[in-house]
Formats: sequence, structure tokens, C-alpha cells
Amino acid sequence: MWRYVARRVLQAVPVFLGTTFLIYAMVFALPGDPIQALAGEKPLAPSVVHALRERYNLDDPLLVQYAKYLGGLLRGDLGETFDGQDVAGVLAGRWTVTAQLALTAWLFELVVGIALGVWAGLRRGRLADTLVLGGTTLVIAVPVFVLGYTAQIVLGLNLGWFPTAGTDDGWPMSYVLPGLVLGSLGLSYVARLTRTSLAENLRADYVRTARAKGLTKARVVGRHTLRNSLIPVVTYLGVDFGSLMGGAIVTEGIFNLPGIGQQVFESIQLKEGPVVVGAVTLLVLIFLAVNLLVDLLYGLLDPRIRYD
Amino acid sequence: MTSRKGATRRAAGFCAVLMTLAVGTAACGGDSGSSDGTFVAGHPEPDHLIPSNTTSSYSWDVTDELFENLLGLDENGNLVEQAAQSVESSDQKVWTIRLRPGQKFHNGEPVTAQSFADAWNYAAYGPHGFQGNDYFSQIQGYADLNPEDDGAEPEADRLSGVKVVDDLTLQVTLDAPFSQFKLLLTHPAYAPLPKVAFTDIKAFDNKPIGNGPYMMDGSWERNRQIKLKVFPGYTGPRKPRNKGVTWKSYASADTAYTDLRAGRIDVMQSIPAAKVSEARRILGDRVLPRRTGTFDYLGFPVFDKRFADPDLRRAISMAIDRNGINKAVFDGTYTVADSLLPPLIKGHRKGACGELCTYNPAKAKQLFDKAGGFSGTLELYFSNAQPSYEQWMQIVANQLKQNLGIQDIQFRKIPVSDYLSMLRAREEKGPYRQNWEADYPSAQNYLEPQFHSAKNRMGWTSREFDDLIAKGNAAPTEQAAIGYYNQAEDVALREAPMVPLWVWQGFGGRSDKVADVTITPYATGLVAHEVTVK
Repeated sequence: MWRYVARRVLQAVPVFLGTTFLIYAMVFALPGDPIQALAGEKPLAPSVVHALRERYNLDDPLLVQYAKYLGGLLRGDLGETFDGQDVAGVLAGRWTVTAQLALTAWLFELVVGIALGVWAGLRRGRLADTLVLGGTTLVIAVPVFVLGYTAQIVLGLNLGWFPTAGTDDGWPMSYVLPGLVLGSLGLSYVARLTRTSLAENLRADYVRTARAKGLTKARVVGRHTLRNSLIPVVTYLGVDFGSLMGGAIVTEGIFNLPGIGQQVFESIQLKEGPVVVGAVTLLVLIFLAVNLLVDLLYGLLDPRIRYD
Repeated sequence: MTSRKGATRRAAGFCAVLMTLAVGTAACGGDSGSSDGTFVAGHPEPDHLIPSNTTSSYSWDVTDELFENLLGLDENGNLVEQAAQSVESSDQKVWTIRLRPGQKFHNGEPVTAQSFADAWNYAAYGPHGFQGNDYFSQIQGYADLNPEDDGAEPEADRLSGVKVVDDLTLQVTLDAPFSQFKLLLTHPAYAPLPKVAFTDIKAFDNKPIGNGPYMMDGSWERNRQIKLKVFPGYTGPRKPRNKGVTWKSYASADTAYTDLRAGRIDVMQSIPAAKVSEARRILGDRVLPRRTGTFDYLGFPVFDKRFADPDLRRAISMAIDRNGINKAVFDGTYTVADSLLPPLIKGHRKGACGELCTYNPAKAKQLFDKAGGFSGTLELYFSNAQPSYEQWMQIVANQLKQNLGIQDIQFRKIPVSDYLSMLRAREEKGPYRQNWEADYPSAQNYLEPQFHSAKNRMGWTSREFDDLIAKGNAAPTEQAAIGYYNQAEDVALREAPMVPLWVWQGFGGRSDKVADVTITPYATGLVAHEVTVK
């Protein structure tokens, strides 16, 4: 198995180089002049424009800019934003927020999603099943900003159960509401996947055999059915973790959480290459790591799967 | 909701557990209202906290409290001495500034003439790349610090026009007489800096040390908040009536508004336009209507021969129903333009624009025909910064179609980051949206940068206009200066290279915890020191 892990880690190196270059090139290709955009309606003196263009290597061709960026990266320097902050510091601040938000949402998906799925799967065709299927369909159909603003106004403003926005109250209070909103879509998919997969496996031959052996229902479901039923669910949870990290722009905006999604969005508008590359590359690396973990989990969940 | 800070904190963990189990029944605390004499204001994140290295009003929200200029403005735009005792000139060119003695920075360093000279020199030096660099361009010696040629080395690193006479006296020599210099001195970029700023300018940006009524309480918490507390050593005229202010950053104005409703922030300077009518209903008199000097114009590419005839430009202006657009798009809250200057500027004359700004389809059509009509595609330019630009441009297009019979009209919606560079390069092929907000409340600041032959974007040249501005700039009294500026305004209105549309209206809001909230229409915005906290 360790050889397998090592091979996967090595594969990450070309992926890393590829993504950094691709993203750098894409930001480079964006239209607009970031320096002029800095000053808004006011004119900038030519000397200032020159000084700023030189500071951010904006006059170099793409490959030179990229080489300078990689050179900095090797020295541990991730570059500078147009307002003069170190990219490393910016990303560190943003990542803590994003990590807390994504983990909260992910926990909702994992705990509530699987619980609902099992509940419905064991009661296939009955009221509980219908409720879960109907409820999750509704959640999937409603756009996230509608959910977000509704939750914010009702649970935050009117009922006052949670802070309306911001990070002042820390984890978990500040993150419960946005986590729930962000995780609601994934939660629905997880519940439906678990339900279907469990319900299907419950009809398999080995389940009948287990039952015939006289095993308790809890053991049949818990040990013999749920574990392998979770394989598609784990795959989904793994992939979704990545999108929770990077795709939370709307939720972060509504709940005023200064996370990575907002930063990438702003930096794309400003053409801040180093920030976009730094943030997205980290996303890609996390995505790769989570996927590797998922692949390894398969073996634990289903003893029939081997690595070589 | 009443304040019960400690209890809320302790209950928080419990509530979270409940909610995770999805059986939340108890009301978990939501307010962070404190009655320690401080208040919270919400706005978008600033980019810098060095007042001369930004052009963002969100930065100036904060730096206005941290720093104090030589002169300031009261809420009616009158000059008030702050760090200066007097600012005088006999020829409007050489200015003698005397400082009030005994002033200190937050770190105890005395505020001297040198503190101002150093700050201005640093900002005016091109290679430092300061965004406020251009505000110093009228001071003698500026050109030596900012060579026109790309990459040329500056000949000097200090403005020759700024002379420190003694600790409390500063002499400033300008390139040309400029009667509005005192107003320019109120601009945030002209704040002083202590010596420590120049040893590590980047660190200083994170925790600036100024000479204003408030000082930093901790460092700048990026994207979250900036906490300010009262500076006990402050001796100026802006003595705080509260214990401190926290500027909280919001990525979305809608969310800031929700937090205002929830009482999590106490002051918001701009309620989003779409929420104003709701806010008036819910907040009542806690909505604070405020005047602004933000002006929308329609500019013409006069350099394009299709727009060279003033009659055509007048025809287009008179075919636009400004009142109708104000009602349809801005809920009737904006002020329809009757001058090139907004009403809050000294020198604004009611009805100065006259016929040019009055909706008159018949006369418009007549002028249009006299000018020989318009052939080809009429392209209308605006940026994508706000959806309202497109809304009113569409109405303008319809009115031009209806009233002038121009059939082929197309919209050119340009990304906001490209819009100004496009105009600067004169790549537009039709009328465009121009927006202006003055740096300091002077008629000159609306006229000279926008219409002067050497500075305007329209490609319009008028020796007459330029001469009148120069005369105003050299005038010995305010009254005389305004007289010349008004004459210049009349020239620009006569030739109509750019026509005025309307002046924006702003709406702020406050919580019931604070009172005496004044938001000025100038770069300094909220008058933080006057706010009282219950």
C-alpha cells in the first residue's frame, strides 16, 4: 500500500506545476489593467504607474513572470498583493476561516446526511423515506443564496438564535448557520446516496445469508451492509470537500466570512496573479490529498478492494 | 435586545450543541451590543491606512480619525483650522503655514513642520508608487520627483517647493497661483507622518501612528475590523464625545445592512439603493439621508467629427428626460442637474444649465436637424460597476430614438477595470457615462480636471475656459474666484462637450444605541468624534 501512496504523491508534482502555470496564464490573459484599476477615477502619475508595474513584474512576458513567481515560491515567498500585503499572510488568514466553514458544512453532510439516509433506507417506501426524498429534493432545487438570506433573516435576525454575520463569535456559533447553508446541498446528495445504496444492498444475497445465520438486525445493517454501502457516499464526500473549500463565495459573501472563495473572486477581478495561483494551488493540493484518502478508505470499507 | 455580553458567550457552546442535534429551541444570543462608550461602523475593507497611499474612501473613513490635517472641513464645507494655526498667502502662490504648538503623534513624537514635509515628499516621490502621488502635482518641484519618461530616474527626492522654516512654520511654493490651496490641504493625502513611518512603511500601514483624535487599538485585523480608541494626548478641535470606534469590514453591503438591523453595527454610511425604501419603513428616522457631491455626466467624444457640432450635443442633452429617469431608476431621490456643480458646492447657481438641461423634445429635434442629424450607429458607453448604469442608459437610448429618430443605438458595457483606460485612450466612439466626486469641495475641482483643455477626456479645447480657470486660481478672494469659475462654467455649458445629468443621493443609517451621527459629503465622511453612545 505504501508504494501506492508514494506513487500517488509523486503524481501530484506535475499536477502542481501544471495547475500553477495554467492558472498564472489564465490570470495573465484576463483583460484590464490592474494598476489603473487601483486608482479608480483618479489619474495616476506615469512615474507611479511605472514604479508599480515594475514592483509587480507586470511588464515582463508571461513566461518570465511565471519563472519569477516560481523562483519566489522556492524561497518561500508567495508574492505580494496590489495593496502591499504578503500573499502568504493573506492566504493564512483566509484559510483559517475557510477551513472552519468547510469543516462545519462537511460535518453536517457527514453526520446529518448519513443519518437521514440510513433512516430513509431502512424504511424504504414508507413515510420517513418519502419525507427525506421530498425534503432533499426541495433543498437541491432552492438556490443557495435564497437559503442563505432566508436563514440569515429568519434564524439570525428575527429569532436571534445565531449571529447574522461575521466571525466575532468564533467557532462554532459564527459558523453554524453558514455551514448549514453551505452544506445543505451536499447533505441532500449524501442522504439520497446513502438511502439508495443501503436500500439496494439490503436486498443482496449476502444479507439474506447473514439474516439466515440469525445475526441481529443491527449487526446485519451496521457491519455487513452500511459499510460497503458507504463507498459511493465516501467518494462524494471526498470530492465535495474540495468544492466546499473553494466554492463558498456566495455563502461567504452573505455571512461576511473573509474566506478563500471571496479572496479568489476579488483577486481575479484585480488580476492579482500570485494570490489566485496561491489559493487555487492549495485547493488543488487539498483536493488531491482528500482523494488519496478516499481511495485508501475504500479498502477499509470493503475488504474486497486491494492496492498494488 | 438588551446587552448581556457575558451570558451570551457562555451560552454559545451550549446552543451550538443543541443546533447540531437539530432541536434548537432556546434563543441563542445574537447581539454584540456593548455599552462601553464605543460604537461600531460597517463599511467595505480599506486598502491602506496611510492616507496618501490610497484613493479609497473606505481608507479615509479610518485615517480621518487617526490623522489630522492642517485644515479640515465642517459639515457645510467651511474651512476649519486643525493642526494649523494659520495658512496665509498674499499671491496665492507662496503659502505660509503656521502650526499650533504642543501637538503630538500617538507615540509622543511632536508634530512639526518637518512631519508634514517628510510625509508629502515621501508621497510625491514617484518610485514609492503612492496612489495619492498626484495630489501633490501643483507643488513646485513635483516634476523632478516624477519624470514623464518610463523608467527615468527622478532628479530629486524632495519637493523644492516645500520649505521647513522652523519647527512650527512651513512654506509651500506652488507652480502657479492656486486660490483653492487651502481646500486642497483638507484632502486626506496631506496628513503628516511621524519619523517611525519611514523606517518600515509596510509595518506602519498595519498599525499607523497618527496625530488625530483616535489611535489604533491593536493592529489592523485584515478583512475583519480596525479598532480605534481615544488618544488621550489629543489637543485639537475634534475632541471625541465617545470612547472609541470599530470599523468592521463587510464584503457585501446587503449583509452590513442586515447587521445594522440586527444591531450588530451602529453606523452605516451607505445603505444599498435597493434596500432604502425598506429601511425607511423599518428604521424610520434612523435612516440618515445625506447629500453627496457625486455627479453623473454624459460626455461626448468631441474629437470624433460626428460629435463636433455643439448643436448635436445640445440636441442629445435636451432629448433626455432627467426627471423621468430620476423617478424610474432612482426612486426620485437623486437631484436632477441644473448646473455643472452639485448644489452643495459654493458657486452652484440654480438653473445655470438652463435650456440645455431642460427636457424639450421639439427644440431638441430642431437642433438635431439643424446639425445635420446623425448617421450610423450611436454607441453608448458605460461600465458594468452597477446595474443602474445600464438601466438609465437604456432609457436614454429610448428617448434618443423617440425624440431624435436615431434608430441604430447600441450599448457598450465595458468591464470596470477597462473603462477608464479606454476613455483615457479615447477609444470610445460615442457618448459615455462620466462620474465625478470632488476631492475637496470647490467649483474648481469639478471644472478644471474635467474640462480643462489639457486634462479633459472629450478632446475639447477652449482657450477661453482655460483662461477663466487660471484667473479663478489666481483670484485673491473666494468671491472673486467663484466669479471666474462661474464664467468658465458658462463657457462649458455653452459648448456642451459634456452635459450634466444628476447628483447622487446617499442614505446612511444608525442603530438606536448612537445619536448625533453626521455624515459629510466630503472625503472624510462620518464625523466620528461627534457621535454619542447610549
